[in-house]
Amino acid sequence: MSDLLDQSPEIEPLREQRLGPLFWICVGWLSLNVLGAIFANVLPLVNPLYQNYNAINAGPSLHHLFGTDDLGRDILSRVVFGSRVSLAVGSGAMLIGFGIGMPLGMLAAYRRGRLDTILTAVMYVLLAFPAIIAVIAVISFWTPRTLFKIIVVIGLASVPLVYRVIRSATLAVATKDYVTAAKVQGSTDRRILFRELLPNIAPIAVSFLLIGVATVVTLEGALAFLGLSVNPPTPSWGNMINESRTVMAQNPWLVIFPSLALCLFLLCLNFIGDRLRSYFDVTEVKL
Amino acid sequence: MLKYVLRRLIMLVGIVFIISVGSFYLIHLLPGDPATVILGTGASPANRAILYKQLGLNKPIIEQYFVWIGNVLHGNLGTSFISQTSVASTIRAAYPIDLELIFLSQVLAFAAAIPLAMRSARKPNGLLDRLLSAGSFTLLSIPPFIIIVLLVLIVSIKLGVANTGPSSFVSFTSNWRVNLTSLALPSITLATASFVLYFRVLRSDMIATLQEEFITMARSKGLSQRRIMWRHAFRPSSVALLGTAGVNIGGLLAGGFVVQYLLGIPGLGYTLISAIASSDYLLVQGIVLVVSVGVVLINFFFDFLTSLVDPRISRE
Repeated sequence: MSDLLDQSPEIEPLREQRLGPLFWICVGWLSLNVLGAIFANVLPLVNPLYQNYNAINAGPSLHHLFGTDDLGRDILSRVVFGSRVSLAVGSGAMLIGFGIGMPLGMLAAYRRGRLDTILTAVMYVLLAFPAIIAVIAVISFWTPRTLFKIIVVIGLASVPLVYRVIRSATLAVATKDYVTAAKVQGSTDRRILFRELLPNIAPIAVSFLLIGVATVVTLEGALAFLGLSVNPPTPSWGNMINESRTVMAQNPWLVIFPSLALCLFLLCLNFIGDRLRSYFDVTEVKL
Repeated sequence: MLKYVLRRLIMLVGIVFIISVGSFYLIHLLPGDPATVILGTGASPANRAILYKQLGLNKPIIEQYFVWIGNVLHGNLGTSFISQTSVASTIRAAYPIDLELIFLSQVLAFAAAIPLAMRSARKPNGLLDRLLSAGSFTLLSIPPFIIIVLLVLIVSIKLGVANTGPSSFVSFTSNWRVNLTSLALPSITLATASFVLYFRVLRSDMIATLQEEFITMARSKGLSQRRIMWRHAFRPSSVALLGTAGVNIGGLLAGGFVVQYLLGIPGLGYTLISAIASSDYLLVQGIVLVVSVGVVLINFFFDFLTSLVDPRISRE
C-alpha cells in the first residue's frame, strides 16, 4: 500500500510562477549579442578581415582575446561580426514567416469556413514537404547567393509552421465568451482581430517566435557550414566553423569560440521561449 | 480505416506531384540559358543538342515538364555532364550509406531514450529527471554540425582513435569493422539530436499516461512495476514516439548531410554538396527529387503505422 502511495504521480506544489534569475541572464546575454551586432563597427575591435601575418593561429592572448585564425585574423572580432549574419537571418526570416503566416493563421481561425479549409489544406501539403531539402535546393540553384536570398528562402519555408501554430492558438481563443461578447456588441472584425485576439495569442506567438529564431539560426549555421550561406571572407558563425575544419588539429580555438557563441545564443533563445511558454501556461494549445 | 488511408494516399500523390514540379522548375531558377549554365560557355554544339533533347529545352515549359517526368518515371534522371555518369546510378550507389547511418543512429537513440525517459517519468522532478531534462535541453541547443566537429576534434584528433577521422570511410562489404568504426561518430551525432527529441516526447507523454486511472487500477491489482511500465504505460505512449520518429526523418537526412560533408562519407548528402560545389545541376536536381519523395514516403509509412497502433487517429 505504501508503495502505491509512493508511486502515485506527484502533484506539483502550487507556487507562484517566477521567471527566475536564469531567465534574466539569458535576456541579458541576448541583448549583449544584439548590441554587439549592431555596434560592431564602433566597438574597439580589429577589422575582421585584417590579416596579421605575424600572428597566425595564435592562441588567446591580451592582444587577441580569442586568438587568431590561419590567416592571422582576430577571432573575437570575427565572432562579433559573424553574429550579424545569424541575427540578420534570424530576424529577417522570422519577419517574413510571421508577416505572412500570422495574419493568414489568425484570419483562417477567426473566419473558418472555406477560407480556412483551403488555406489549411495548402499549408498541410507544404508542411509535408521536407523544408530543409527545399531550402538547400533553391539556394543552390538561385545563384549568385546573397544574404537577402537566403533570408527570403528560409522565411518563406517557415510560413506553414507559423501558420499552423498561430491558427491553433487563435482557434483556442476565438470561441471564448469575450470574443462572442465583442461580436454581440457589434465590434468590427478588425477590432476583434487586433484588440481581442491578438493580445491573447501574443504570449504563444512570442515564445514560438524565439524558438523559431533559434531554428532558423541553426539552419543558417548548417548552410554556412556546408558552404551554402554568405560567401567568405564575410564571417558568420557557421562558415567560421567550416573554415576551421582544415586547421582544427593545430588551432582548436578556431572551432571552440564560434561554436560557443552559437550554442549560447541558441540556448538562451530556447530557454527564454520555453520559460515564457510555461509562464503564460499555454497548455491548452498543442504546439 | 480504409477511407483514412485512401485520403492520405490522395494527398501523397498530390505532394509527390508538387515535389516533382518543384524539382523540375529548379533548373529554370538558374540565371540565363540553362544549357549554358549546365554545360559552361565552351560547350560543343553536339553536347548542347544532347542536353536540349534530354531536357526538351526548345519546347514550351509545360511540355518540358512532361518530357522530364516521362524520363524520370522510366528511371532516367539524366546524365551528369561533369562526371559523364548517369544520375540514377550515382544515387543508387550513394543511398545505402544514408540508410545505414540512419539505422545506426536510430538504434542508438531509442536504446538511450526509452529506458531513460521511462525512468525519468517514474519520478517527475526527481534528481534524475531534473538532470536529464536539463541535459537534454542543453543538447537541444547544440546543432549537429558542432557536435560532429567537437567529436572529431576530441576523439580522432586529440585521442587519436584510428578510423574515426575524415575520409576513413570504407564500404560495409569490403571491411565491416572499419565501416562501423568510421560511422561511429556520425551515428552518435545524429543519435544525439534524435535522443533529445524522443526523450522529451516520451517523458512528457509517460508522465501524463502514468496519471491515468488504468494505471492506478493496475497498481491496485498489485501488478509489478516492470509490467505496469512496459505493458500498460509504454504501449499507449509509444504512439507519440512513433509519430515523432516519422517526422524526424527529414531532419535526420539533413543532419546526415552535415556529418557526411565533414567526414567525406560518400552518401547522398556528401554527393549533393559536392554536386552543388561543382555546379553539377542535373545531379543536384536528381538528389533533391529522390530525397524529397523518400522523406514524404517515409512520413506516409509512419503515419500508416501510427494509425495501425492507435486506431483512434484514423477516425479523427
